[in-house]
Amino acid sequence: MNKSNTILARTKSFFAEIGDMTYFAGRFFREVFSRPFEVRELMRQCYNVGNRSLLLVIVTGFILGLVFTLQSRPTLMQFGAESWMASMVSLSIVREIGPVIIALICAGRIGSGIGAELGSMKVTEQIDAMEVSGTNPFKYLVVTRILAVTLMLPLLVILGDAVALVGSAIVENLKGDVSFTLYFNQTFDALKFSDVFPATVKTFFFGFAIGLVGTYKGYHCAKGTVGVGEASNAAVVYASMLVFVVDFIAVFVTDIFFTV
Amino acid sequence: MNSQENKKPVLQLKDIKKSFGDNHVLKGFNLELYEGENLVIMGKSGSGKSVMVKCIVGLIQPDSGSITIKDQDVISMGQEELDFLRTEIGYLFQGSALYDSMTVRENLEFPLRRHKDKVENFQSTEASVTEALESVGLLHAIDLMPSELSGGMQRRVALARALILKPKIIMYDEPTTGLDPITAYEIIQLMRTIQKQYNTSSLIITHDVDCARVISNRMILLVDGINYAEGTFEELSNSSDPQTRAFFKN
Repeated sequence: MNKSNTILARTKSFFAEIGDMTYFAGRFFREVFSRPFEVRELMRQCYNVGNRSLLLVIVTGFILGLVFTLQSRPTLMQFGAESWMASMVSLSIVREIGPVIIALICAGRIGSGIGAELGSMKVTEQIDAMEVSGTNPFKYLVVTRILAVTLMLPLLVILGDAVALVGSAIVENLKGDVSFTLYFNQTFDALKFSDVFPATVKTFFFGFAIGLVGTYKGYHCAKGTVGVGEASNAAVVYASMLVFVVDFIAVFVTDIFFTV
Repeated sequence: MNSQENKKPVLQLKDIKKSFGDNHVLKGFNLELYEGENLVIMGKSGSGKSVMVKCIVGLIQPDSGSITIKDQDVISMGQEELDFLRTEIGYLFQGSALYDSMTVRENLEFPLRRHKDKVENFQSTEASVTEALESVGLLHAIDLMPSELSGGMQRRVALARALILKPKIIMYDEPTTGLDPITAYEIIQLMRTIQKQYNTSSLIITHDVDCARVISNRMILLVDGINYAEGTFEELSNSSDPQTRAFFKN
């Protein structure tokens, strides 16, 4: 009896949270188009999200390209298909692995940062202080952060993909004697609009999901330092899960519209 | 009290009720704050003092009752009207609530971003920040971060921020809590100076009997969500009621 009650309560709380988050997202869309526009704060947040994640994305992308090529090489050699290496790596990285891995890295780096920052502001009444001073804290803190992550994540993914391809090209150059010119010619020949466009569009949704979850968890943080830790942790877990859910939907939609 | 009777209150609460689930925090609280008055609200922890102040500034919606500030009904106000009205109210938070990612200067500039046109005799942001910091004696700390300030200094910066829009009413939520007796005394003196300098009406929530003695013109004891007793400090501290007297034992 107790077990079924617990399951029922958890199910209710899960759906209540989804409802709250949907309302939160709805409020974002209502406020993003209304004045005043917090342009300065948006720029500051874009700088925070973009510039401060740069090194992480570059290192991750480079190692990703390097390792992916090193691991794939022996298998392709078995089938005498080394010449397909550039095409295979570029398609895999640009279409799927690059966006998902970079989004997951950013969910950890940016999602937890936003969750902890807003959570800490909530428990120390800084958000209340902002509201009392006649500034809309939702617009100033939430809208700017969600927008910043939505706009900057695609740029970070493009950069990460590019660095990953450079890493892959280095391995091919050292191990397979393939020149950089030949490698990148093969890469750009393999990539089509239908590969790049949907993969780029879905990164906007990844960014939105990470920003939304981070701000939601921070903005609704429970009182106390434990609450801040929980908000930060939950922001990473939920954002990572949402990245996979969005990716699944994106692949499904891409399959409908771009498969001949 | 008698001298106030002919005046119109700048702030009035009538029959305010607020519950959180089964916890009935305010059960019909009433209050009138007059121009230039220092009204102290005392009550035990968890008696609903902070909830009451948050209802006044619109951070919490009461379940029923009315809140009027300068003849304007706060509860029925739209967001824009409420934001405008909030510029007439300064709020000193219990934990100072300074924005920790901003310097002292940026903390003080923040309320001016949108509302500088509502400040009387506004000259420039720089002049307003300087004036507010000078009035709390912390001009030298203008470029410091809140984390570089002591608890007392943070409280004074928070007070300067509350003053920056030259409000007519200031709410103090436990202004001396967590401070040593000397710093607490300095804050109390500062509150008195500011009240004279800016001619504000003040609503002060405190547990601190010394603070209440020095600053109050009138006091309300909040017990079990209602006005338990009301009067001057002398009247209440000499009351024959044991529960009232218990508040004044140090």
